[in-house]
Amino acid sequence: MFSRALRVPRTAAPLVRARPAAAARPATFRPAAFGALRTVTTDAASAHAEAVPDADDQPFQVTLSDESFETYEIDPPAYTVDVTKKELKQMYYDMVVVRQMEMAADRLYKEKKIRGFCHLSTGQEAVAVGIEHALTKEDDVITAYRCHGFALMRGGSIRSIIGELLGRREGIAYGKGGSMHMFTKGFYGGNGIVGAQVPVGAGLAFAHKYLGKKNAAVILYGDGASNQGQVFEAFNMAKLWNLPALFGCENNKYGMGTAANRSSALTDYYKRGQYIPGLKVNGMDVLAVKAAVKYGKEWTVAENGPLVLEYVTYRYGGHSMSDPGTTYRTREEIQRMRSTNDPIAGLKQKILEWSVCKEDELKSIDKEARKHVNEEVAIAEAMAVPEATPQILYEDIYVRGTEPQFMRGRTPEENYYYKA
Amino acid sequence: MSRFLRPAARLAATASARSAVAPRALPRFASATLSVSQRRTFADAKGGKEYTVREALNEAMAEELEQNDKVFLLGEEVAQYNGAYKITKGLLDRFGDKRVIDTPITESGFTGLAVGAALAGLAPVCEFMTFNFAMQAIDQIVNSAAKTLYMSGGIQPCNVTFRGPNGFASGVGAQHSQDYSAWYGSIPGLKVVAPWSAEDAKGLLKAAIRDPNPVCVLENELMYGVSFPMSEAAQKDDFVLPFGKAKIERQGKDLTMVSLSRTVGQCMVAAEALKKKYGVEVEVINLRSVKPLDVESIVKSVKKTGHLISVESGFPFAGMGAEILALTMEYAFDYLHAPAQRITGAEVPTPYAQGLEQMSFPTEALIEQYAAKLLRV
Repeated sequence: MFSRALRVPRTAAPLVRARPAAAARPATFRPAAFGALRTVTTDAASAHAEAVPDADDQPFQVTLSDESFETYEIDPPAYTVDVTKKELKQMYYDMVVVRQMEMAADRLYKEKKIRGFCHLSTGQEAVAVGIEHALTKEDDVITAYRCHGFALMRGGSIRSIIGELLGRREGIAYGKGGSMHMFTKGFYGGNGIVGAQVPVGAGLAFAHKYLGKKNAAVILYGDGASNQGQVFEAFNMAKLWNLPALFGCENNKYGMGTAANRSSALTDYYKRGQYIPGLKVNGMDVLAVKAAVKYGKEWTVAENGPLVLEYVTYRYGGHSMSDPGTTYRTREEIQRMRSTNDPIAGLKQKILEWSVCKEDELKSIDKEARKHVNEEVAIAEAMAVPEATPQILYEDIYVRGTEPQFMRGRTPEENYYYKA
Repeated sequence: MSRFLRPAARLAATASARSAVAPRALPRFASATLSVSQRRTFADAKGGKEYTVREALNEAMAEELEQNDKVFLLGEEVAQYNGAYKITKGLLDRFGDKRVIDTPITESGFTGLAVGAALAGLAPVCEFMTFNFAMQAIDQIVNSAAKTLYMSGGIQPCNVTFRGPNGFASGVGAQHSQDYSAWYGSIPGLKVVAPWSAEDAKGLLKAAIRDPNPVCVLENELMYGVSFPMSEAAQKDDFVLPFGKAKIERQGKDLTMVSLSRTVGQCMVAAEALKKKYGVEVEVINLRSVKPLDVESIVKSVKKTGHLISVESGFPFAGMGAEILALTMEYAFDYLHAPAQRITGAEVPTPYAQGLEQMSFPTEALIEQYAAKLLRV
């Protein structure tokens, strides 16, 4: 079961790599992988494939870079993934659509059409898309407030997500939730309090086990949230009760403006389950994410207990729209990630290299995605805002039909009486 | 304390004889308190200066850090990022990373740590990015900080200050808009203040840091950028405001409006409109302090006006308004010409859509209209 004994070459190497500082300066104590040192590659185009078939839906094998994963007390996933041309193109389309949607949100926010907070996932698309391609609709996903891409991949429509950002009645939460709170089948938000979604996610896993379902709960949180006490409380219960939970830290290097090594005593987030095996993944490579989650799901559904994954990724923009994102990191760093590790550009490069399709076809996918997003945004913009009536304001505070007789308004005259 | 328990008639008769209760064994705080005039008005003509609430809070912390080396700040993004709302801007550069400390996003943990440091004799100022996140840490605030002095039979004080934005902010949805005045106000052992103006902010925060008890300073995000005149006295580094003392922001004889935090400003606007339209004079009381609450000022005002409305943005059930009305019943019933009324936030998780959000919190127009109705004008 434990990888170190079985797979000496592959797992030994990262351990050696993880301690260069200690090796170079034996007199000073430095914990392993201290600082921003990350040993999994973030190269989005590191996989290779041979013998790519002609047919669109004929599976072929892709070999991932051997720097795609690092493991803790578990064997790594297979470094080969079966894909079809069709699926690769779908992954590409999905990532482009997520990015286009986030860019539309960015524009609408700057046009002052979106209020309050708005946290975009530009740069992190491979995580949401890779996870979805490894799950079925019967599995569950829960995340924090950087949730638009997940809501879309879980089955929300662009118009309903953008409509929500615009506060429209036909938004995904009927205009009640806003940017941080989105829910759809198999997707449990969209949660605003850092870290609070993690034990809730353990509850989703608990329900799968309780109901005897062979499904998993994918629970996402950031490198900032990973230090919250309740994360560790959730780890303990999940392991204790062998829950099918795939905890996953989306490590984008910064919790708001605080670099990971300034907030976390151990930045190997995949090792933080201690008694739970861990798997660190190249979160810029959609294929590696898919391979890791697929493997994780099989592992946890086979009653091996939870896993702690770490998706190594990068957010191009600020923490939220009010953060320029350039005071705590250099513009060069952002530029370097954008130009050399971009998940979309990486997959594009592979698609062309493997002759999955011609560049023209990719261009038409880009065009189609952009057109689709534009159309959906236009539909969302045309949606009506919720009528400012007491009936709409007070609906859904309680399950319909079980409400108290009335809710108090700002004054007694504004009290709203539910109709029996 | 017994003065709060006297019937209204006796309370009013003895109002002139009262004196501020000075905390024992804290000479610096006591003398500073008494030196401050208790009826502060807007800036003096000479030496007056405009401060935003943000600048006032920043100056308060800078001065306290300067004057007392036991004081330190901790919280999320307070140091290198200069504060999520830039309240702690420049303090890291000035005081160094021993005294201005970025914490991980671990509210329960760093709140507990702040409480422990306070038990050991330091005077931490613990910033919450918003009080909505303090819910992660409310057990430490209530059980560890507020109760320890009593549980130790008076042996173990806990001089910690919790501060951060509280209550309504614009467009941030249900999990980021809640008002905790009544929550913390209900806890014996805690003191709770809610500044409105820049002078409030500076004087109350400094008093909170100096007070030997755990104090919650409930600020409001929407007020941070608002400018107020700052008197010469308030610009000084010994300026503190007493707890438990409300400020009459506007004198009037027809209606008492009791309010706190951001809604004070809304009451001022509504009061002006009521004067213009109907010629009625509204007295606006800025509570400043939630716990202790200045019942005397309310009773005195009601004695004069015969009418009371409380205005706040929290939930109505067992809220600030409920408390103010109950106290008015207990101590000023005989002076009322009409039942006291309250305007509150609506009983609904804050919706995101703007039209619905507007229906959930008091507005100037609503205050004006409801006051006019109460006065039958």
